[in-house]
Amino acid sequence: MSRVRVLVGTRKGAFVLEADGTRRRWDVRGPLFGGWEIHHLKGSPADPDRLWAAQGTSWFGQLVQRSDDGGTTWEPVGNRFDYDGVPGTHLWYDGTPHPWEFARVWHLEPSPTDPDTVWAGVEDAALFRSTDGGRTWRELRGLRTHESAAAWQPGAGGMCLHTILLDPRDARRLIVAISAAGAFRSDDGGAGWRPVNRGLRSDGIPDPTAPVGHCVHRIAMHRSRPDVLFMQKHWDVMRSDDGGESWREISGNLPSDFGFPIDVHAHEPDTVYVVPLKSDSERYPPEGRLRVYRSRTGGDDWEPLGTGLPQRDCWVNVLRDAMAVDSLDSCGIYFGTTGGQVYVSPDAGDTWTAIVRDLPAVLSVEVQTLP
Amino acid sequence: MIRVVLPQHLRRLARVDGEVRLDLEGRATQRAVLDALEARYPMLRGTIRDHVTHRRRPYLRFFACRQDLSNEAPDAPLPDAVSAGTEPFLVVGAMAGG
Repeated sequence: MSRVRVLVGTRKGAFVLEADGTRRRWDVRGPLFGGWEIHHLKGSPADPDRLWAAQGTSWFGQLVQRSDDGGTTWEPVGNRFDYDGVPGTHLWYDGTPHPWEFARVWHLEPSPTDPDTVWAGVEDAALFRSTDGGRTWRELRGLRTHESAAAWQPGAGGMCLHTILLDPRDARRLIVAISAAGAFRSDDGGAGWRPVNRGLRSDGIPDPTAPVGHCVHRIAMHRSRPDVLFMQKHWDVMRSDDGGESWREISGNLPSDFGFPIDVHAHEPDTVYVVPLKSDSERYPPEGRLRVYRSRTGGDDWEPLGTGLPQRDCWVNVLRDAMAVDSLDSCGIYFGTTGGQVYVSPDAGDTWTAIVRDLPAVLSVEVQTLP
Repeated sequence: MIRVVLPQHLRRLARVDGEVRLDLEGRATQRAVLDALEARYPMLRGTIRDHVTHRRRPYLRFFACRQDLSNEAPDAPLPDAVSAGTEPFLVVGAMAGG
């Protein structure tokens, strides 16, 4: 029987949650790297025993850890993220120029084909890649040196590159997202980039439909249909059917279209999940009821899923990297909260149970489906 | 022989118990101590000082002999008691929580 391994990054360490395909009984390991902030953990699709962890604190800076045995043992690998050339400036919160400074790794995206290749999205926004198992990291400078970059501004969490989508059809195509610059696409393996934000509208910037400056929170893609993209923007849930060339709003009947994560069912490319929050100034579920919303129509028409989730007095947040899906026949959906709960639905969202309830604040959730 | 006391997180990262003992050639300075420390424990590179500028990370301080040496020049000699190994060189994380 297949099994699943859930990789959870929290403010005070990493946790590995494992279960068989029923997803009823869970083995919980952790905290790994106790006391360190683990911004993201992810396994290599090319070698599921190879895991990557972005580890850091304000005291000791950034580390990257690698496991080659499914998370039992770990070794620190390269942690030097040097911008290529003189990094220049972007705009600070107050609109003045601010030097580009490396702060942390937000997201690690392992290559689907090569266990030694992994991409890293960092703050201040840039894209790095290692092709030697994490020993060294090299910036793909074409993104950070895009002509618009001097005008990029940070979102409240920092100017982070948090989403990296690798097109399964074409290794030359990548899509990344930066808060609060927007989405960018490369069609040449990461050398050249262009903004792909047409159709986005953001009222918090001087020109609401500007080519850059949008606070994209997350983009999701189904690997069978890489031209279809689903986006949770600061406000608005959006969809593109042309690889980001244009976007249209699909918020439909959501109670709020503010939120962070978005994900797609493993076997149904038009089944999409979001977790609405009341507003950007009240980052908790509407009415204190934690509900995932599912659209089976690729957007516009959404249904609330709350069975098994707290339906009163719940005021947690779900962060952008804290939702994932497995690829078992009955697709499992997972998400973690800032209150330390990690929930699983083994039936595509119909019912939920808490795997753990009292972890530190959850920053990221990833799932591996194992034989 | 120089004795270095690391904060718990860095001891765990470097997989050491208690003090680190380093043999230095030449004058004992902050730079010499940190160079020797990072040479023996490469995983500490970037965690105490910046990879490129070698500037001390802002939430860390260097103490020895009841003195704060954090802002001494990297090539200034450390106190004789540190050089002689009778007092440790302390790498201390700022006390701040959450």
